Amino acid sequence: MSVSIRGLGHSYGGLRTIERLDLELREHEVVGLVGPSGCGKSTLLELICGLLDPSSGGIAVGGAENAAGRLSQCAYMPQSDQLLPWYSALDNAALALRNRGLGKAEAREQAGELFQRFGLAGFERTPPAELSGGMRQRVAFLRTLVAGKPLLALDEPFAALDAITRAEMQGWLAAALGEDPRTVVLVTHDVEEALYLADRIVVLSARPARIVAELDAPLPRRSDRDAAVTDPGFIAIREQAMRALHEGSR
Amino acid sequence: MRRWLLPTLLLAALIGAWQLAASTGFLADVLGLESFLVPSPAEIAESLWQSRALLAENAWVTLREIVFGLACALLVGVGFAVLMHLSGIVRDAAYPLIVASQTIPIIVIAPILLIWLGFGIGPKIVVVTLICFFPITVNTLAGLDSAAPDATKMMRSLNASRWQLFRRVQAPTALPSFFTGAKIAVVLAPIGAVFGEWVGGDAGLGHLILVDGGYLEVARQFAAIFVLSAMALVLIGFIALVERRVVTWR
Repeated sequence: MSVSIRGLGHSYGGLRTIERLDLELREHEVVGLVGPSGCGKSTLLELICGLLDPSSGGIAVGGAENAAGRLSQCAYMPQSDQLLPWYSALDNAALALRNRGLGKAEAREQAGELFQRFGLAGFERTPPAELSGGMRQRVAFLRTLVAGKPLLALDEPFAALDAITRAEMQGWLAAALGEDPRTVVLVTHDVEEALYLADRIVVLSARPARIVAELDAPLPRRSDRDAAVTDPGFIAIREQAMRALHEGSR
Repeated sequence: MRRWLLPTLLLAALIGAWQLAASTGFLADVLGLESFLVPSPAEIAESLWQSRALLAENAWVTLREIVFGLACALLVGVGFAVLMHLSGIVRDAAYPLIVASQTIPIIVIAPILLIWLGFGIGPKIVVVTLICFFPITVNTLAGLDSAAPDATKMMRSLNASRWQLFRRVQAPTALPSFFTGAKIAVVLAPIGAVFGEWVGGDAGLGHLILVDGGYLEVARQFAAIFVLSAMALVLIGFIALVERRVVTWR
């Protein structure tokens, strides 16, 4: 399922957040949005998801152009995991299924299969408060995946994690997307994370956001994260992205 | 341990001091009163025991007024909060009026209720409801409003209906605030019940206290006060117990 953004503009109050932005996503493409903080990355993500309406221009997500249509195509993972403390880890992951009207047992069974596959077996009944930071992000991501939407909108999913856990989670996410490919928009302020996880990264300027650079991730993709990020090709593109980021934040 | 021990010790010290001051006649001398008008805790306990049947009979009347009044206040209080939470029009129209209505001392309404509803339990229940619904409404509404915006966005993108968003996110978020409001209501309820009995009634602890005043039965007045506050304490304990059973994630 593809995404097409044409001449997108958005302002909030008197503040222009996004200006004349064009962007295309192919089916199953993973695009990383990087930019200085406060540049409107998250706003762009909410616009794509249909959680906000653009002030000008248009967004089509798999042909759906109005907000409700886009919302039906997208699963949104907010920056803070927003796991609901009154539900177990498994019931959190099964939220989308319950919302769709599935019974408790059936929803648990379906979400439970993913727990087995993605390294969360044994934590089904654990309340979110007792999970580690990395675990919480896994559950939050599975909750997003379980919704079965063609587009995943991830807002800085690993920003709150320490460096080691974050690296581990990046490898885990890459593997999960390898098994269950989706079109993904990944917002991050971490260029390395974007380059490792995405097929293409889009560098945004400071507010109002416009595209400063679009860079393809180095090929061939390497699944081993440590090998990937130390590859000379990877480092060269990272330098390019960092330069674009600096130019854009001026 | 400390949570219970220290208040118990302080209470024992206060009662001990009172006992000493009253039984030596010191308190009556200071107040310039006959000593039978200033009963010691031991005399109050004795009166509590001797009049136990009378006190129990009247306590039962007052307890029913309090419990039925609280039940109505819970229904009305939560109902108002939910309506105002779900509808902006209802909120804008009703909230200022509900706040303004609290400037009316409920006591002055009691004589009117007496004319309308007679001498039975009805007007007492209405007075308790009028006094108690407000803290429940205000706290529950604030709780419903306090759900994280990101959680709402997440739920919307996971196909949640308005009802599912309410049922799975907003209502559980509001529970702790609701219980805070309910506990405040329990503290206020005996005041409403006693006022209702003072304005017009032929039974209840408030009525007994009023009648005993005419006979200078000060010890039994204190005994009635003791029973009244003991009932309120038990009710608060009950609500705290329910809260602990329901709000398991805190």
